[in-house]
Amino acid sequence: MRFLSEYRDQKSAEQLAGAIRKKVTRSWTIMEICGGQTHTIVKSGLEDLLPREITLVHGPGCPVCVTPIELIDKAVAIAKRPDAILCSFGDMLRVPGSSRSLFDAKAEGADVRIVYSPLDALKVAKQNPEKQVVFFAVGFETTAPANAMAAWQADHDGVENLSLLVSHVLVPPAMEALLSSDNCVVQGFLAAGHVCTIMGFEEYFPIAQKHGVPIVVTGFEPLDILEGIFLTISQLEEGRHEVENQYARAVRREGNRPAQKTIAEVFEIVPRQWRGLGEIPASGFQLRGRFQKYDANLRFPFSGEPARESPECISGLILQGLKKPHECAAFAVKCTPENPLGAPMVSSEGACAAYYHYGRRQNHLVQPELSGSASR
Amino acid sequence: MCLAVPGRIVEITDTGDVAFRVGKVDFGGIRKEISLAYTPEAEVGKYVLVHVGFAISVIDEEEAQRVFKILEEMGAVKEELGEIPQ
Repeated sequence: MRFLSEYRDQKSAEQLAGAIRKKVTRSWTIMEICGGQTHTIVKSGLEDLLPREITLVHGPGCPVCVTPIELIDKAVAIAKRPDAILCSFGDMLRVPGSSRSLFDAKAEGADVRIVYSPLDALKVAKQNPEKQVVFFAVGFETTAPANAMAAWQADHDGVENLSLLVSHVLVPPAMEALLSSDNCVVQGFLAAGHVCTIMGFEEYFPIAQKHGVPIVVTGFEPLDILEGIFLTISQLEEGRHEVENQYARAVRREGNRPAQKTIAEVFEIVPRQWRGLGEIPASGFQLRGRFQKYDANLRFPFSGEPARESPECISGLILQGLKKPHECAAFAVKCTPENPLGAPMVSSEGACAAYYHYGRRQNHLVQPELSGSASR
Repeated sequence: MCLAVPGRIVEITDTGDVAFRVGKVDFGGIRKEISLAYTPEAEVGKYVLVHVGFAISVIDEEEAQRVFKILEEMGAVKEELGEIPQ
């Protein structure tokens, strides 16, 4: 497919890896923010192309992983109401709540439907006027315009039986929180390309300046990621800390203005709980003003059992880049995609799922001496 | 979740209100109806990046070639220096 397959060319990848090897003179730790990038890195074995001096740590950019367990519990409780249809992106269904997942609820007879787009949830609401249709609106900035449009069109069309269970988080405050933490190991960032498609990258200039870290807006294909690493390493080796845009075919400096306008009309910025990371100030969205009538939190007050995380899951440390999935005792033993203890083992953007599916654990188990250090 | 896929616009239905503008987008043979509410500049024949049913960006075809130009230059420099490209 055009604008996809050409960025997976092996020869070009080896050429870029060679350019990186020539640049590197010392050890550097780079974090890729987005779980989609993590999957490309692990699936394509990009770490094996890179010199040992470069350590990639995987960031918190997995909306499914950071959605609070309380909200999963709430979605399950709503789904079990006889008058409700719970619509969700497929990724959320197997995420474990305190006692069950949405998939478990579906197996027990709840009407849980997987939708491709939030507009599909709006369609379901129009087709089922006697039902309460609730869309589990999770996501980062990339998904916010789509979710905002579902509320906007519902309001425009006078649809009253739709509501949104919103769990929207924002990338720059999470980067700020990671960089401000005492045990931060990150020296440079690959920023999440599609988040920047919407928001642009002006927000990153003060972060790069304040913390002295290069931030390179990066795409999702192997060549994108290798070029992003090359640009980041070049900055680190030359003592620069700037914001650069590797993904210019999709990202403009100012972002997508019409999308930002709809987001600002429908959502306001609030503090948000991140599963595994805790509360981060001004790090999420909730419905504002006249759109609050679509807030499932207000429509369905919930007082369930207190949320309970698996004591064995170390996803918080993994989301901060402090541990790798295979360093967890439960990894691939008690925790698998079929029976996950935590969200990163479920999501198509979760680091644990990537390591599990693409066999990263085998390298680690068979040849631990090649990994160089405990953090690799 | 932030996955977005490039596809080519083959048809646009203008509804008058930009918020409801939709197009048919071809993803290597599979065609889907996609909202063009956030890409008012999108035209038939152009490639857009699509996320959960919405076009979020029109692909800049010139920028898309940039990395290959850089690689070409790297290759040319190598040849000049007498290194055999792998």
